[in-house]
Amino acid sequence: MQKLFRFYPQLGFTLLVCAFLIIPIILSMLAGITDNFFIGWSSGFTARWIVQVWDTYQVTIWRSIAIALACLVVTTVAGVPLAYMLARHNGGNSRLARAIEELLMMPVAVPGLATALALIMAYGQYREFRGSLLFILVGHVLFTLPFMVRPVLAVMQSAQLPVLEEAAASLGAGPLQRFFGIVIPNVFSGILAGALMVVTLSIGEFNITWMLHTPLTMTLPVGLADSYASMRLEVGSAYTLIFFLMIIPLLIAMQWVTHTTRSRVRL
Amino acid sequence: MTLFVAFWLLPMLRLVAVGASGPTGVAAYFAVVTNHHYLMSLISTLLLSAAVTLATLLISALVGLFLQRNRFAGKALLLAMLTFPLAFPGVVVGFMVIMLAGRQGLIGVVSNWLFGDAWVFAYSLGGLFLGYLYFSIPRVILTIMAAAEKLDPALEEAARSLGANPLQVFANVVLPALAPALISSGAICFATSVGAFGTAFTLATNIDVLPMAIYNEFTSYANFAMAAALSIVLGAMTWLVLALARSWSGNAAGAAA
Repeated sequence: MQKLFRFYPQLGFTLLVCAFLIIPIILSMLAGITDNFFIGWSSGFTARWIVQVWDTYQVTIWRSIAIALACLVVTTVAGVPLAYMLARHNGGNSRLARAIEELLMMPVAVPGLATALALIMAYGQYREFRGSLLFILVGHVLFTLPFMVRPVLAVMQSAQLPVLEEAAASLGAGPLQRFFGIVIPNVFSGILAGALMVVTLSIGEFNITWMLHTPLTMTLPVGLADSYASMRLEVGSAYTLIFFLMIIPLLIAMQWVTHTTRSRVRL
Repeated sequence: MTLFVAFWLLPMLRLVAVGASGPTGVAAYFAVVTNHHYLMSLISTLLLSAAVTLATLLISALVGLFLQRNRFAGKALLLAMLTFPLAFPGVVVGFMVIMLAGRQGLIGVVSNWLFGDAWVFAYSLGGLFLGYLYFSIPRVILTIMAAAEKLDPALEEAARSLGANPLQVFANVVLPALAPALISSGAICFATSVGAFGTAFTLATNIDVLPMAIYNEFTSYANFAMAAALSIVLGAMTWLVLALARSWSGNAAGAAA
């Protein structure tokens, strides 16, 4: 009896919230393949909106993927050694390391609009740089770097790395050998979690990119905003559908990785 | 680290300088409170964000606690669906609101069918509220579930055996235990709502919130100094909220728009 009064209302509420989050997604996916959304599904289904999006915006999709991958490379190459430094500096308990971590979080805490304006005001006069994809890449790296550093740092702090490293050192392994032979394999789950996050965030980044982009460096979310503003609802929906198809596998992979790492090393 | 200094710290300092370089000089920083228009956007931004934060905390606490405590078929799927919108950019969230409450949106169709009156509120503060709620709920639910996981059920049983009713148990045992998570995730929610730009941008260019004011200042009026000053104020505000929350809750907090 008690269960009846407490369980089901709560379940109902949860389902309601879930519906609030999911129904618009389904609606927009359906709208992307509906012939005329104003009339409804009775107008039939079609792939022509998707084809139209593919023709108009294909280049933004490839560009976004390229930036996301470049961003992943930069954040991995810069972020993993940085996390290692932060974890090791002063035996992993230093003010400096904490201050740097805090500073790294700033571009995430501060609205993207402010970061983008700052970049434009500081580097906008270098025409070549301003007009290139590198400019957007810089913005994305600033925004995603903490998402690589933090999971890696967390694994480094929880794993028994110092002990393993000491053992390796006593057997005569040099610093580089230790880094690539011991550290990297042990923090791999953290790198993987960070990498998925970085790619997902970079593909979806809008706040910074919108200010930084030029007509020649339009990315997927910028294209989305563009199509929402100027195209039919069906086109915007079809474009969103493509975006979902790109991002959903990443999200599923992310949930899977956090699930497996959590059961392996207690984060 | 050098890269970070070159591409974020120095540009930020430059932004601070540009903010003070306009016709009014340093006074630009106070325009947010002295200029009627900016003050109004500031107030509506803060009120909206506060309302979103409260609503999000309430909804997510209920759902998060429920999901943490009960096991049932399909729970994993439900959880996956609830956390899905986590990675959506603001523009997509804005579009979701249009699908829900726009001119051809679901709410309009349903209300038209029920009451003969199509409710369309996507392009106003109401739509923005819905949008911010949309991307805040998944973030907060996860934090609350993580906090509830650590909650010791023995404490609640003890309280109940001492004669406390469910409401008393909730107020005296559950709530204090969840307080740090609520404060930190509430702060993130507030800070993201204050700084979110994509959703407002998709819904309408004339919604009067601070990020839109900055954007209009920069692109429509080319008033770089004002735009810079306003973004510094906005950035300082969000950072302050997060820093305060962290010192209260002792938790690491970070926001993602």
